[in-house]
Amino acid sequence: MMTNQGNRISQGQFSFLPDLTDAQITAQIKYALSKGWALSVEYTDDPHPRNTYWEMFGNPMFDLKDPAGIMMEVNNCRKTFPNHYIRVGAFSSVQGVESVTMSYIVNRPKQEPGFGLVRQETEGRTMRYTIHSYASDKPEGERY
Amino acid sequence: MAKTESSTMKEGKERYKSGVIPYKKMGYWEPDYKIKETDVLAMFRLTPQKGVEPDECAAAVAGESSTATWTVVWTDRLTACEMYRAKAYRVDLVPNTGPGTDNEAQYFAYIAYDIDLFEGGSIANLTASIIGNVFGMKAVKALRLEDMHIPVAYLKTFQGPATGVIVERERMDKFGRPLLGATTKPKLGLSGRNYGRVVYEALKGGLDFMKDDENINSQPFMHWRDRFLYCMDAVNKASAATGEVKGHYMNVTAGTMEEMYERAEFAKSLGSIIIMIDLVIGYTAIQSMAKWARKNDMILHLHRAGNSTYSRQKNHGMSFRVICKWMRMAGVDHIHAGTVVGKLEGDPLMIRGYYDTLLDTHTKIQLEKGIFFDQDWASLNKCMPVASGGIHAGQMHQLIHYLGEDVVLQFGGGTIGHPDGIQAGAVANRTALEVMIQARNEGRDIWNEGPQILADAAKWCSPLKAGLDTWKDITFNYESTDSPDFVPTATGSV
Repeated sequence: MMTNQGNRISQGQFSFLPDLTDAQITAQIKYALSKGWALSVEYTDDPHPRNTYWEMFGNPMFDLKDPAGIMMEVNNCRKTFPNHYIRVGAFSSVQGVESVTMSYIVNRPKQEPGFGLVRQETEGRTMRYTIHSYASDKPEGERY
Repeated sequence: MAKTESSTMKEGKERYKSGVIPYKKMGYWEPDYKIKETDVLAMFRLTPQKGVEPDECAAAVAGESSTATWTVVWTDRLTACEMYRAKAYRVDLVPNTGPGTDNEAQYFAYIAYDIDLFEGGSIANLTASIIGNVFGMKAVKALRLEDMHIPVAYLKTFQGPATGVIVERERMDKFGRPLLGATTKPKLGLSGRNYGRVVYEALKGGLDFMKDDENINSQPFMHWRDRFLYCMDAVNKASAATGEVKGHYMNVTAGTMEEMYERAEFAKSLGSIIIMIDLVIGYTAIQSMAKWARKNDMILHLHRAGNSTYSRQKNHGMSFRVICKWMRMAGVDHIHAGTVVGKLEGDPLMIRGYYDTLLDTHTKIQLEKGIFFDQDWASLNKCMPVASGGIHAGQMHQLIHYLGEDVVLQFGGGTIGHPDGIQAGAVANRTALEVMIQARNEGRDIWNEGPQILADAAKWCSPLKAGLDTWKDITFNYESTDSPDFVPTATGSV
């Protein structure tokens, strides 16, 4: 168990709030669509803070403008990977941005073991740090 | 002001006779001047000395900030002097000043400079002309640089922000909300070990960044290496505890460039993602650190220490928006740019003008924000504004309303001063932020419903409740000294 405020990984826009309901997730999807952004669903069982590339649950949905349809993809992903971390992202293709504009977690494993900090003592008092995910000691697919 | 005929003397023998002639006649006043796409433009607010005509005064500013000296020199004739002369091309009376008002007459003077007057990629060279001798000239009683237009050709000679807002967000893996930070307090006196404690607690509680204060360098109570070592332990421990990328702005400001590079290298060797410098190190040192930061994958935070000595008073000095422009060119990733609602100076529209200057890809003339020129930013990275000084969770709706989401909100006292401890303070701030972004995205009117949205969240988040109870009545309602000259509807004087 993690010892921070929510006993959970706090990546994304809304990790300090109670888990979002489907209606709340849909409201955020609507906001992204109103801005012209493409929505995406991604999942992982390796939530290391610098693991940038979560698995894509299909390509970003550039042509799907129906919040209910996107919510259906979210739920499909949850059904397929009930014990993974799942996040909804939004992408803007506007010049000067061309990057992610939203990202929030919509599914988590029941137990979140979190990370250990490995300290390697080197010259003088200098330290090298490695953030180690306890879950990733197990093989892919058996982590949570 | 109605266009007057140019009174420039013709080139030739008469013009270069030894002696003193008015700047206007020397070719520094050209009301019919056609602005070239490559010209650098500057707009000054001038208060002429008694008896000096405003257009002569403007010509004097143009002269002294380009080629002129007080007397005629024949050596001008060896050069393409007409090109090198800056041209004052427009003078307007500032609204609400002059005859019929209680205020001394002030004028907006527009001046054009040929691009060949400046060395590429050097803020020091640009500023040595534009704010050099000219501010001490006797003919002007007071002078203030209000805004500048930098042509694309000249902008392209500058690196721009080492990292930029977009890449900073990608590296931090934080999108769609303001970033959260805090300055370690007390500013002075903590040992390295005690200092790192504050950093750890606040980052674990939910902040993205912690920060050294501008005057934390290497003093007897805490030498810089100790601070860096303890802070990096705190950063990494908090990162492991939350699963998030975190950072601490290591202030590498020091007495010499060599010393600053040494501190920056050490921060890098410890795995820090961000370092910090103060404005007082000077433009050239800032550009050097920006190059270093680009080369070393480092985010570069700039504290604007010292700026209020010349940016705050409205009649003399320079506007902070010009500093924002120069610093975006110089290449910093963060700059303190005002809070509107906190303890430091700031009119809402003026501050929005600074934020636009830092973040836009193309800024339009907006007189009500004090922006007097169009500015194409030529794909220079965006620079993240930082709001710091006397802000707290109870103002979250106002902060998001005024400042938007591309900003670092820094709650120093508002985190560390929380009655239930530093972690609780950070939880309060992060929760207030997330709940307000959620509400905004849901289409709620956060300006009016904000206090209720926070009160509702405080029902399930006790640290937020304690924070709101502590700071609910804290506001800093003083009148701004640096306010716009034009009301939002003004269009007449464009």
